[in-house]
Amino acid sequence: MGKKFLLEHVNVPGIETLPVYQSKGGYASVEKAIKTMTPEQLIEEVKFSDLRGRGGAGFPTGLKWSFMDKKSEKPRYLVVNADESEPGTFKDRYLMEKLPHILIEGMIVSCFALGSKTGYIYIRGEYMYIVRILEKAIDEAYKAGFLGKNILGTDFSCDIYVHPGAGAYICGEETALLESLEGKRGNPRLKPPFPAIAGLYACPTVVNNVESIAAIPTIVNITADKYNDVGIGKSAGTKLISASGHINKPGIYEIELGLPVEEFIYSDEYCGGIWKGRKLKAVVAGGSSVPILPANLILKTAKGESRLMTYESLADGGFVSGTMLGSGGFIVMDETACIVRNLWTFARFYHHESCGQCSPCREGTGWMEKVLHRIEHGHGHMEDIDLLVSVAKKIEGNTICPLGDAAAWPVASAIRHFREEFEYHVKYPEKVKDPKHFEKEPFVSESLLMNA
Amino acid sequence: MAKVTIDGIEVEVPDGTTILNAARKIGGELVPPAMCYYTSLKDSGGKCRVCLVKVAQGSTKDPRPMPKLVASCRTPVMDGMVVQSKSSAEVLEARKAVVEFLLINHPLDCPICDQAGECDLQNLAYEHGAAATRYEEDRRTFEKIDIGDKIKLHMTRCILCYRCTFVADQLTNDRVHGVLSRGDKSEISTYIHKAVDNDFSGNMIDVCPVGALTDKTFRFKSRVWFTNPVDAHRNCTKCSGKVILWKKGDDILRVSARKDKYGEVTEYICNECRFEHKTVSDWTTEGPRHVEHNSVISQNHYERTDLLKLKKEIERQIEFEKGAHLPPEPSPKLHE
Amino acid sequence: MEQIQFSEDTLALVNRIIKRYPEGKQKSALLPVLHLAQSEFNGWLSAPVMDYVASILHIKPIEVYEVASFYSMYNLKPVGTCLIEVCQTGPCWLRGADDIVEHLQNKLNIKVGETSSDGMFTLKTVECLGSCGTAPMLQVGAAYHEDLTNEKVDSLLDKLRNENKRSSYMK
Repeated sequence: MGKKFLLEHVNVPGIETLPVYQSKGGYASVEKAIKTMTPEQLIEEVKFSDLRGRGGAGFPTGLKWSFMDKKSEKPRYLVVNADESEPGTFKDRYLMEKLPHILIEGMIVSCFALGSKTGYIYIRGEYMYIVRILEKAIDEAYKAGFLGKNILGTDFSCDIYVHPGAGAYICGEETALLESLEGKRGNPRLKPPFPAIAGLYACPTVVNNVESIAAIPTIVNITADKYNDVGIGKSAGTKLISASGHINKPGIYEIELGLPVEEFIYSDEYCGGIWKGRKLKAVVAGGSSVPILPANLILKTAKGESRLMTYESLADGGFVSGTMLGSGGFIVMDETACIVRNLWTFARFYHHESCGQCSPCREGTGWMEKVLHRIEHGHGHMEDIDLLVSVAKKIEGNTICPLGDAAAWPVASAIRHFREEFEYHVKYPEKVKDPKHFEKEPFVSESLLMNA
Repeated sequence: MAKVTIDGIEVEVPDGTTILNAARKIGGELVPPAMCYYTSLKDSGGKCRVCLVKVAQGSTKDPRPMPKLVASCRTPVMDGMVVQSKSSAEVLEARKAVVEFLLINHPLDCPICDQAGECDLQNLAYEHGAAATRYEEDRRTFEKIDIGDKIKLHMTRCILCYRCTFVADQLTNDRVHGVLSRGDKSEISTYIHKAVDNDFSGNMIDVCPVGALTDKTFRFKSRVWFTNPVDAHRNCTKCSGKVILWKKGDDILRVSARKDKYGEVTEYICNECRFEHKTVSDWTTEGPRHVEHNSVISQNHYERTDLLKLKKEIERQIEFEKGAHLPPEPSPKLHE
Repeated sequence: MEQIQFSEDTLALVNRIIKRYPEGKQKSALLPVLHLAQSEFNGWLSAPVMDYVASILHIKPIEVYEVASFYSMYNLKPVGTCLIEVCQTGPCWLRGADDIVEHLQNKLNIKVGETSSDGMFTLKTVECLGSCGTAPMLQVGAAYHEDLTNEKVDSLLDKLRNENKRSSYMK
């Protein structure tokens, strides 16, 4: 069994209430941080822990904190990004629903470290039932003196509010989130300036993912040294993985970074293997945005080494034969899955979620969806496959925010690794008109047959 | 001050100047095109992505190149920055890509569009576009909405530059239109059929880079190149009263604000000047409007050629050909 | 015409929400207040309702239209008593979301995007709701219904019909 920093007590009855949470050591880090440490020490500690942003980009959290404008006279803000919307990712929802206090505890310590008196939790509107869970927990924290004025008798004061979104994936992008929090359309801002200089209301702001903030109490409690003992190299600590798709045991798993992918998929402790006794075909390892990999490349790198659940190992091979840990949205596909149809649903997603502000993304996402729709429904041409590659390439890197890249990468990687399947759709339009085409007759690569 | 090198030419500009404006200071073909940026409109720019350039060296202090192409209209220069515009194949490729994206859903109805002949998208497509389209899907359409009796909105032609919303926000105090919906369904709209009606709304027409917002009083009256543009003014209490009259014979077909060589309005005008003074006696004529030689409008321009100026221009061009230095105001077509 | 006015309780809540943000930044309350408005005024945001919200927050009506039309949870047209939102993105599709949509269409005798003839149900497909581990799933109001089968869908429809309560994210 691996170490559990976040979910150790998740199954304790009543853990969502403050007394039970506290009986399991909850809020100890608040006491320790604000009574025995300085904000500078805390930031150093988080830097030293090697904690990386758990929302998807993997940017070092301590480094992000250190960018906060310290000269500014303006108020500073901590904003928690709970706009979890990346297809395949549902870990923040689980964490907030089961352990609301771990997020609040982490926020109090983080606000202290950042010199912020106000924290907002920007949560996607669809998670409205969790808004109530969080607000209840916040109330408890106020009553217990962990929030409000003069926390635990010190001169540190802090307020936390929950702010619901209203249905827009783009608000997971931190500057779009800030726009939305200001009551505007979720159009990402042009950078610079970065939020650490001019964020919410043009004040210095740090935006962190739920899981990143939830890791802070552990780092404070056990020290950064012990935290980064877990994991491998720059992939320190534990990570929540959202496992979905064709596996026996979908759900949330806290893993020590460094766990072999093979063990994660097949061990009964985690996904429990592929459902219905079928074979593994492909995995999208870090949420819909990251490149899809076929079974052979997700289990082993191109060099033949065992692939591990770390930022580095999953990225081994770059975009030619690797992928990314991303948000940890681990989507598994068995041999009956149609890669083209899955990709079309992703393309439809990005088309639907593009804010429309910049032209490559606004126009390109729709174009890709329409072409994929045609191919999947038996109306594609061979040239369409290269057209898709070309359109993806023209979006990538040319947009205001990373949504363009997120829309382009899945398309490019699916065609890179599964081109024959796209060609099959063009060659046999009658066969693919049945939406369940590969469920009835799994796709077999013609080149593999010829080699056999 | 910051020294920046763009396509091998060095220029010194005040700190905080954008790459685009530094390039405009140099002038010529290295100036990136701009479809959404507008100098006088705060917060404009960054959206269309057509002005992308490559920053090969960030600054003297930090010479690392920038990892991605950047929007030159919103990226400030740093001292020692080295920028590639027209000299980078990657940049030209990106511009081509953006033009393709802007055109896939555009109706290409230039033959019936009043903007034809003075359309930034036409010019951009001419420079950077492909001859044929790769887009075979249905083009986007919108429900038509009437925004008032002076301005015609053609949403299918819109490239969502947001300039008209900035005009409404920054020139008037009562914005009633904006960008609604999201993604490729985004549209300029008033939501409820509310007439856009205030003293400066007409400027939305002038800042629109395409034929999405056109002058209803000029609708289908004439192709712009059959008109005779003259500078004129009148005493006006609301604006400077400095305009261009687009005439045919003695008829004033249209009144617009004056624009600089990057197509930007120099002084905004009021709706009274624009829409309500269509007789020659209302105006004091200053003389023919200068029209760029490469513009289709120059087909019919009545400017008298200043021979001395032309001679100087040619001399400057010859010097440039020798590689001495770039003339301040190159006219690329002159020596062809 | 019916007077558009929040109940006293809601108005008090609106004022508490506005206080979460710094002075002069009351526009920040727009998203939460639009949720309340949609919940209180028949499940959708008409132009007069949006104008009312604009007046409460002292912003221009167009600022409300721009925002309301951007976010997918706001309905700008009337919807049935219960709005059924079925997730259809990759992970849900892999585990049979299409079958659930098909079943709902047959059962309610409507297509996606339509409202049943009795005005009871509007069927909508949506993108990822963050319930991939319990796919397929759908949302009615604030409630998630997960690990769906056709049978579960049937009993849910019966339950909703019996309750005959307007679905709302706020309840």
